[in-house]
Amino acid sequence: MSDERENAIDVREAVKRYGDFTALKTISLTIKDNEFFTLLGPSGCGKTTLLRMIAGFENVTEGEILLYGQEIENLPPYKRPVNTVFQNYALFPHMTILDNVAFGLEMRGNSKADARKRAGEVLELVQLSQFAARKPSQLSGGQQQRVALARALAPQPKVLLLDEPLSALDLKLRKAMQIELKHLQRETGITFIFVTHDQEEALTMSDRIAVMSAGELQQLGEARDIYERPRNMFVADFIGETNLLEVSVDAVEGGRAKCHLGGGHELTCNAVDEIGAGSTVHMSVRPERLFMSDAPTESESLKGTVKENIYIGTDLSTIIALADGPDFIVRTSNSDRGIKRIFEPGSDIYVNMEQGAARLLID
Amino acid sequence: MSKGKYDIKSFPGFRAITLLCLFILYAPLLVVTVYSFNDSQSLTVWEGLSWRWYADVFTGPESGKFKEAARNSFVIAIVAATTATIIATLAATAMVRGGKFKLRSISFGLISLPLMVPEIVTAVAVLIFFNSIGFERGLMTILISHIAFCIPFAYLPISARMQGIEDTYEQAAMDLYATKRQAFTKILLPLMMPGIISGFLLAFIVSLDDFIITNFVKGAGVETLPTAIFGSVKQGLKPNIMAISTMLLSVSVVMVTISYFVSKSDNTK
Repeated sequence: MSDERENAIDVREAVKRYGDFTALKTISLTIKDNEFFTLLGPSGCGKTTLLRMIAGFENVTEGEILLYGQEIENLPPYKRPVNTVFQNYALFPHMTILDNVAFGLEMRGNSKADARKRAGEVLELVQLSQFAARKPSQLSGGQQQRVALARALAPQPKVLLLDEPLSALDLKLRKAMQIELKHLQRETGITFIFVTHDQEEALTMSDRIAVMSAGELQQLGEARDIYERPRNMFVADFIGETNLLEVSVDAVEGGRAKCHLGGGHELTCNAVDEIGAGSTVHMSVRPERLFMSDAPTESESLKGTVKENIYIGTDLSTIIALADGPDFIVRTSNSDRGIKRIFEPGSDIYVNMEQGAARLLID
Repeated sequence: MSKGKYDIKSFPGFRAITLLCLFILYAPLLVVTVYSFNDSQSLTVWEGLSWRWYADVFTGPESGKFKEAARNSFVIAIVAATTATIIATLAATAMVRGGKFKLRSISFGLISLPLMVPEIVTAVAVLIFFNSIGFERGLMTILISHIAFCIPFAYLPISARMQGIEDTYEQAAMDLYATKRQAFTKILLPLMMPGIISGFLLAFIVSLDDFIITNFVKGAGVETLPTAIFGSVKQGLKPNIMAISTMLLSVSVVMVTISYFVSKSDNTK
């Protein structure tokens, strides 16, 4: 994807240390103008620290952060044209909803009347006009969430930072808000930086995702890239469900790697530059990229026995033991029931994989 | 929790001990209050209801002394409580929001020390201090010492309140272009207000009721209500003392009640 857009945020070799503890180890990344960018990782991976460094709540131990080309790492939060939606919303409890939303505009120097007029418009955007005179405690969690969003959007920041803003909502509301946030980002044209530990949320919403772990950037790319072409074990394991199995690489040729699993089962994986013949590494293949059959097919087929079927609503998850080898999980969409058979536990079957479904991973 | 395994009400002797404690604590107050309405020269012989001793407080032979003392008491209490509250608010801000600084636990000890030191020790120390610097005893010496011992009383509810306020509110304010000072005055201060009011009222009561320190540092002829009552009692116990005590008690009860409800009202929710 060649892209002429300006960089909204440029993080250059940023390091964050608390005493002896290094929270962020030399991170460099760029976030483009008008992008929905997600920092994804488990708790303690440094994603929130990075967000707070961009907001100005944490100082930068080393390195620089640029906002549309301007160095901001030494500016106090109130001099950075970025606004934050906090995880617990942090709505000012003693102010009305309208005053909450107008606060940023007033502090930035707009007249009270003008700030309130603008705030009213933003409340309309999030469909909360009728609650303008209420106090935050009189609103539901989902409504408070939208007020927090309106409050952060009202001063028209150059970049909006969202720190796990949906984590307190129940599943249904969270799904609805994901879509709404995505639409809001498109409508306003503001760059969103979204922090979450929920990989599904990240895949749903983001233009690009930065997967982080242990203070390091693991992989940066579009949602499809991250899911279908995980670079290393951590990413493959953290994003979605996968079959993560140890393989021995026998030969590498033309981007394809001939490998074998425990039990001598042979298969072909997508090769990566870092891994040569003779090494023992892990490979990942997504359960929905596998299918079962009575007889070998022209795709790569591995012989095994069905151990268990697990019904999970949309899909049927089948656990298959390869002869003397590892277990595979195969997912079959339940809408295909009419076409594909259910193999009962104990049946001898073949696990088939599409070409390119299996990928070698660096550790 | 009343149905828990350790339901305290089921402990043997719970009721008897409770009643005994309540009796010891409140019977004297009850007697004073009831007998302040007694229409009799005697302290102990009941002769029927009357406002006579209340009238005596305001118009009787000692009324001038009491009015003067009451004015002193209230002026000192208001000024001392206000000053102590301002100092305590600043101290709480530094202690709760100042991050970890080296002398933090020592600072907390210094702030709350006056609560632990026997009052007579403070009284003697303050007296010696004023004498040694040649400060003439009078209203000013009372005021200064009251400010000093009121600070911890004002500090405790204020810092307790402040600890309950998450710092994300101030962060959110600064994120929304408020300077540190604006975040303090527009967000933190209003949220702290219940604690501040509560601290003020507590300091006010403590100042109003103080006897020992006041008695040491007051100049000749300067009286507050407690010292005036004491002086009057020394010349013989009269029922007007019960009337004035009852009034003082009512002021305390009202203040403490307001303080309780204010500190309970939670404007963060």
